[in-house]
Amino acid sequence: MGAQIRVYRQKISSTTSMRKIFKAMELIATSRIGKARTRVAASLPYANAITRAVSAVASQSEIDHPLTTEHTEVRRAAVLIMTSDRGLAGSYSASVLKQAESLLEMLRSEGKEVKSFLVGRKAQAYFDFRNRSYEKAWTGGTDAPEFATAREIGTALVDEFITGYEDGGVDEIHVVYMRFRSMVTQEPTVIRLLPLEVVEEETSNTSDLLPLYEYEPEPERVLDALLPRYIESRIFAALLQAAASELAARQRAMKSAGDNATELIKKYTRLRNTARQAEITQELSEIVAGADALSAS
Amino acid sequence: MASAELEVEIVAADHFVWSGPATMVKARTSEGEIGILPGHSPVLALLGEGELAIQPVSGERIVVAVDSGFFSVDSNRVVIVADNATIGDSVSAGNR
Repeated sequence: MGAQIRVYRQKISSTTSMRKIFKAMELIATSRIGKARTRVAASLPYANAITRAVSAVASQSEIDHPLTTEHTEVRRAAVLIMTSDRGLAGSYSASVLKQAESLLEMLRSEGKEVKSFLVGRKAQAYFDFRNRSYEKAWTGGTDAPEFATAREIGTALVDEFITGYEDGGVDEIHVVYMRFRSMVTQEPTVIRLLPLEVVEEETSNTSDLLPLYEYEPEPERVLDALLPRYIESRIFAALLQAAASELAARQRAMKSAGDNATELIKKYTRLRNTARQAEITQELSEIVAGADALSAS
Repeated sequence: MASAELEVEIVAADHFVWSGPATMVKARTSEGEIGILPGHSPVLALLGEGELAIQPVSGERIVVAVDSGFFSVDSNRVVIVADNATIGDSVSAGNR
């Protein structure tokens, strides 16, 4: 009987220390989430300015730029998958990977070859475990992405895109990431990065007509410089949203883990008390039985 | 148009740098220097590495060090988009 009490005690103490960890992780995620959301907001002016400029250039001048023209035949596609570096974030990475899996399925069913680019150790582990090949993986710092990382990814993807199919290049590029809608809802999202679909924002406002720009130097060179930046800013925006989503998911997961731990502690405490009471009762009845036996003899 | 002033906004990749009214902006493009006064025709140009100077309506001239980027001018609105931008010293934060 004593052994059973000891087991319950051990379980209670280990669950208590786990609960402390969950609580700490929840608090850390909560404190970082504000910062992550500020960074999302801080990147908006740049993204807006660049989107506006790209829309202006793309809408006026009928420039035949390699980045804007759709390849007539899409035979190979690249997919960039953004997951987290670390786990303990509930279904965060799993749902991104699920979304990515269905995108890959769709692309393959359309007869396209797929090249995968990964962000985050979870995606890398997922691909390694299944012995799938991927082109490149960027790991480290998914919960606080740097612009330099976005630039690196952007450069790699644009390079792939510019390279012709025959030389192993791709014809379109997709990104899968977790979009941050609010603290409680994040949804896995797929966007097509290239060929460019310039996102028109608030163009319904007629006073906000795009002006006829003069270019310096030539429009082609301006586009050359603008488009990679636009791609980078889209990727950076996606990375920042993914980071905010990761933290929100981790906070939620840790909160429910902490709650479950509390429940478990309660349950084990009850069981321990029952076991202790049973032991006392048994000892008592043994003593009584012993006394009875002595007095009877 | 002559009475107007420029509405200047400087943004870097991951943060907002400065905005406010100004009477003149001097920037270095990839081709050479360009000065923008109120009423300038719309321009979209690439920034060269270097410093750009802004003369705010009130207060000291502001010098911002930028590396590559671009800027656009339309109807007295100047948007400077740089990959990295740091406001030079001797300038207090300006009116944010």
